[in-house]
Amino acid sequence: MTLEQILDRCRELGAEPPGAVARRWKAEHPGSRAIAAYPVWAPAEVIHAAGMLPLALLGGGTSVELTHADARFQSFVCSIAKSSLELGFQGLLQGVDGFVFSNICDVARNLASIYRRNFPDVFVEYLHLPQNSTSPAVAAYTADELRRLAAALERAFDVVVTPTALTKSLETYDELRARLRALYTFRIEEPQKLSTTELYVVLRAATLVPPEESIAWLDTLFAELVGRPGRPRDRLRVVVEGAFCEQPPLGLLEMLEEAGCYVVEDDLLLGWRWFTGAVAGPGDPFERLGAAYVDRSVPSSTRHEGRVHRAAGLIEKVRRARADAVVFMPAKFCEPALFDYVLMKQGLERAGIPHLLVEFEEKMWTFERTRNEIETFVESMLFA
Amino acid sequence: MTAPVTERRYQGRVHERSRQLMSAWMAELGRAETERRPTGALMISGNCVELLRACHVLPMFPEVTALQNAIRHKSLPLILKAEQAGYSSDNCAYVKADIGLFLDGGMGPGKPIPFPTITVCNYVGCNVYVKWFEHLADLSGSKLFMLDVPFARTAEPTAADIRYVVSQLEELIALCEEVSGRRFDIDELREILGEAARAEEGYARCKELCKARPAPFDAYFDAINMMGPINVLRGTREAAEFFDEAVAEFEGLVAQGLSPLTEERFRTVVEGPPPYPYYKNFRNLFTRWGAVAVASTYSTVGGIWEWGFRHDPRRPLESIAEQMLRENLTNRTIVARYGQIKRYVEEWDADALVIHSIKSCRLFSAGQGDMREYFTRELGVPTLLVESDLEDPRYYAEAQLRNRIDAFFEALEHKKLVAGAR
Ligand code: SF4
Ligand code: SF4
Repeated sequence: MTLEQILDRCRELGAEPPGAVARRWKAEHPGSRAIAAYPVWAPAEVIHAAGMLPLALLGGGTSVELTHADARFQSFVCSIAKSSLELGFQGLLQGVDGFVFSNICDVARNLASIYRRNFPDVFVEYLHLPQNSTSPAVAAYTADELRRLAAALERAFDVVVTPTALTKSLETYDELRARLRALYTFRIEEPQKLSTTELYVVLRAATLVPPEESIAWLDTLFAELVGRPGRPRDRLRVVVEGAFCEQPPLGLLEMLEEAGCYVVEDDLLLGWRWFTGAVAGPGDPFERLGAAYVDRSVPSSTRHEGRVHRAAGLIEKVRRARADAVVFMPAKFCEPALFDYVLMKQGLERAGIPHLLVEFEEKMWTFERTRNEIETFVESMLFA
Repeated sequence: MTAPVTERRYQGRVHERSRQLMSAWMAELGRAETERRPTGALMISGNCVELLRACHVLPMFPEVTALQNAIRHKSLPLILKAEQAGYSSDNCAYVKADIGLFLDGGMGPGKPIPFPTITVCNYVGCNVYVKWFEHLADLSGSKLFMLDVPFARTAEPTAADIRYVVSQLEELIALCEEVSGRRFDIDELREILGEAARAEEGYARCKELCKARPAPFDAYFDAINMMGPINVLRGTREAAEFFDEAVAEFEGLVAQGLSPLTEERFRTVVEGPPPYPYYKNFRNLFTRWGAVAVASTYSTVGGIWEWGFRHDPRRPLESIAEQMLRENLTNRTIVARYGQIKRYVEEWDADALVIHSIKSCRLFSAGQGDMREYFTRELGVPTLLVESDLEDPRYYAEAQLRNRIDAFFEALEHKKLVAGAR
């Protein structure tokens, strides 16, 4: 496949409802199952080790009209929670055999149990991801929690998660993450050769196919990207922060670049590139995964990190990506992102890094006002 | 409507004693700095106040400060101050009111309440707690201890859950020893837990008394007078005695057949926190209809004592962990809450469910539409859903609330009449 063909394929995949993705995969792999995880971090390795397809449940984007979910969740709840539920009501998740939710925020917690109540026939598991980052007991606890997930999958689907299979899955996902990191590094170096929407569709597709498949795509993509023509332009290098759960419309990301920015770092689809280093190695794979959650997680608003200031991870990202500014892009009503905005903004101000706040909703379709704000911001930075 | 219902002048010793006890606690906090006593900030939900008490760390509760400011109509300027600093209008207003106070220097040294010496985030239920205490620790420069309490996701807490929480409690004890310079004494904790269990027994008995017709107090609006002692002062002898007195008073009212209103016409179960900035106004909207809450979920945020759980001095740390993990409203799923409400409706023999949805509190509110579906469609319980906020007066639209509430009780009255005529 050529680069363009891969991108097209990824775009198509991302536009499909998760149910259709799961059904097709299952048709190609008879007897198999697909388990979707609500953002942010998904224990994809455990699902993969059970021989299942791990995929992301990322809401309905612009594709579904809310007809049932609005009555369940009030006006002040973020769109991804509502549209994820709506996908279920409209049968668009049929084919997905189970769901994993976790305590990323109060909405996600409530959504998990409401989901289970409304769809009693599907498998729903809820994981508690620790918010304590320093106590000695945390890693072992996280390992236990992952074992509990594995046991639940085994019971429900008559599969087994052996330590050997899990170790293999950790290795595979390490490889995938290494490639995704390399792709991000490439964009930092040559943002003119890889736009953010392109990177995004590849990343999104990686949450919908087995890791072996996305690894193969990424290898081809790399080989082609290096030779891709592209002249650097005079643009503002920015980091996008706060879009870790609900996904911004592609149009918004496109507009950001059209309005004069190179996005050189972001926290889109964080879950599939959650660990900063390799996880696999000798010893109990659950313990390794638990320990990695404590020590090698990317900084995220959904996770408490007691060892460094909330703004530190972001500032480090800005420096590493040689960015000029930060565009905060929280989903409307997203409590974790909106709270962190304050501490992060203060941290950036202390470090002398300019920033702009742009809230979004997944169904947003006109960007004119936002475009003006961004253009003004860019001009004030580039030409002041 | 027939003869108008009003409140009886009933607020007796319980109300007065609660006020005295809470003022004494505030005064003690106010003196903490001069007396060089360490303080520890805690959250109300499923808290481990007994442990701090046993460690000689004076507990303080930012939520209580926030609600007191709201009742005194002082929350809006504080919220606005926080919003100026960058907090979103959609963020939990409790946090904003508290941060606003800090930004105002209101809790600062020399003022009535000192900054906490340690900030203990008992992460029970609400994710906003994590943010709140991260911010509080950042502003106050105090040491943050993040006590991670897994959300209920199995019928009972697992052995791993209990072990995990207990091991963190042990760490917290070590931290408290450092802060207070005093050695922790497990026997002292046992004694404190004994007092806690006594208070829990008393509170549970009070709630039980609301099964009487009429109920002797309003288990939503009047329960607030008991929530201070049970959540903040739990573990003290004063709190245990307070509940002894409360039980005696309510038993007396039951014997006399007295209600908080001149007439009990409707028995409701109320879900969700109250709108503190307009507490009295909101209450009046129900009083007019003779509606008395016989049970409420909000009164169980700190602990659910009515189902029989008591702290156990023989298993001190384990029982604290169990209470944090399971025996409180907020660490259970919203759907588990449906079960709790259903039991209230049935066992307390209620006519209706009232859901007060809080705009800025997603832990309580996100999904209450589903809750209403469940109660009206599946159980046939008349359910009213109204919306405002527990802290932000801008979200309280009285005319709108009144219309909804009046229409609901009118319909309920009609239903009763029709049923009676059959
Ligand atoms: S968008 Fe934010 S508030 Fe909504 S579910 Fe995700 S993390 Fe929670
Ligand atoms: S979100 Fe709700 S439960 Fe959480 S701190 Fe705010 S008011 Fe309390």
